[in-house]
Amino acid sequence: MSRQAGPSRPPLPLVVMASLGVAFFAIPLIGLLWRTPWSDLPQIVSRPVVTEALWLSLVSSVSATAIALVVGIPLAWLLARVEFPGRRLVRGLVLVPLVLPPVVGGAALLFALGRRGLVGEPLYEYTGLVLPFSLWGVVLATTFVAMPFLVITVEGALRNLDQRYEGAAASLGAGRWTVLRRVTLPMVGPSVIAGLVLTWARAFGEFGATVTFAGNLQGRTQTLPLAVFVALESDRAVALAISLLMVVVSLIVLIGLRDRWWKLL
Amino acid sequence: MAIVIVLGLMGCTSQSERELVVSAAASLADSFATIESAFERAHPGVDVIVNLAGSSALREQVLEGAPVDVFASASLSDMDLLVAAGETAGDPRVFASNLLQIAVPPGNPAGVAGLGDFANDDLLIGLCADGVPCGDFAREVLANAGVVPSIDTHEGDVRSLLTKIEGGELDTGIVYVTDVVSSRGAVEGVGIPEDVNVVAEYPIAVMANGADPESAAAFIDFVLSDEGQAIMAEFGFSSP
Repeated sequence: MSRQAGPSRPPLPLVVMASLGVAFFAIPLIGLLWRTPWSDLPQIVSRPVVTEALWLSLVSSVSATAIALVVGIPLAWLLARVEFPGRRLVRGLVLVPLVLPPVVGGAALLFALGRRGLVGEPLYEYTGLVLPFSLWGVVLATTFVAMPFLVITVEGALRNLDQRYEGAAASLGAGRWTVLRRVTLPMVGPSVIAGLVLTWARAFGEFGATVTFAGNLQGRTQTLPLAVFVALESDRAVALAISLLMVVVSLIVLIGLRDRWWKLL
Repeated sequence: MAIVIVLGLMGCTSQSERELVVSAAASLADSFATIESAFERAHPGVDVIVNLAGSSALREQVLEGAPVDVFASASLSDMDLLVAAGETAGDPRVFASNLLQIAVPPGNPAGVAGLGDFANDDLLIGLCADGVPCGDFAREVLANAGVVPSIDTHEGDVRSLLTKIEGGELDTGIVYVTDVVSSRGAVEGVGIPEDVNVVAEYPIAVMANGADPESAAAFIDFVLSDEGQAIMAEFGFSSP
């Protein structure tokens, strides 16, 4: 009898620690709402400094997610399925942006892809293309920081996949490409979506690598996090309004995808 | 387990030396590094921690309750805001002044000759952001010269602007004379005519929230002393 009552009453220490965790996430948000200048909000949010930053944030985060999809999924597949020399090294390389402070990532991009950089200098000489201080720079910086989330999520899913299904498809005559397209990818689909959401969220909030590599110019490279950073030092009401806007946009996306996402995690 | 970790962390902070937190404008990075070691030699019990950032960021840290003992600002207006908010103990004193200068990468690859080049859309040009003293002064200088600049990036403080000019990622920007002096050739200076240049005055004050007002006052006295002023001069600052 008492055994059956067990699961309905979780251990108290667990509840206490978990509540601490909830408070830790909730209190900063409450602080934000508490200071938000509600009456001026519509007027502040419609200023060009905010609308331009919102547009740049959406464009750059969606582009970064798209690039991650095209490049990251093949990379995840390779890491999960192919034995090749240096595989552990490659996996370590993918994880580096997760550990590296984004500012350092931005500086590294500048040394490599800047106008005087290892790759950037020949690129500039032959094509005249300058990546820093442009929207391309923002997209590259956010992709660098965000793509690992997709790669590790999808790689994990591919590893856990029961390979007998693929074996069965192959034995029934499906070619390798068909197996990948018709069996493997649909089975890891939910993880791909979860990975894409995480990647988008990280890209949307990216600050350090962007400000270091792409600079900060309203209408060209100033995304919402950069606009908050600038506004914190000049106009706190604007900073609070932008922060709230970021919370709202993130919630819209997360709630919009919740059926495909919450279930999995 | 958790208790052991917490105790361990507390153990790290108990030191015999008193810490004196000095929030200093980014343009004071090099001069205050020297001031710090000279002051610590003269006051063995005090460990000076220099907290560097743009003056406006430092101002906001104080307004949000950061435990700061001394604030050395690159602009009078940031200090005035703290005085008005009751965050200072005692009147601020001006301890140095500075002028602005155009900075270019070594060899001046883009051939920047003066403020007029800041209107050139083909050049990659950076300034400090709005509200950061070096940015506000730079805009004032450009307005004085009647130049409408074509800017590519607004950097958060003068150090990050300099880094991008040093690396040649930007063709030019406006910084302090002292930044060019202390870069030791990493950037080159192009003069700004005296009649359009701006004199930046640096105020310093004891903060009301500080833990050690006595050492804070001693630090400010040291900065204003002959020895302190000689160090400031060495880095290109003028006396007030």
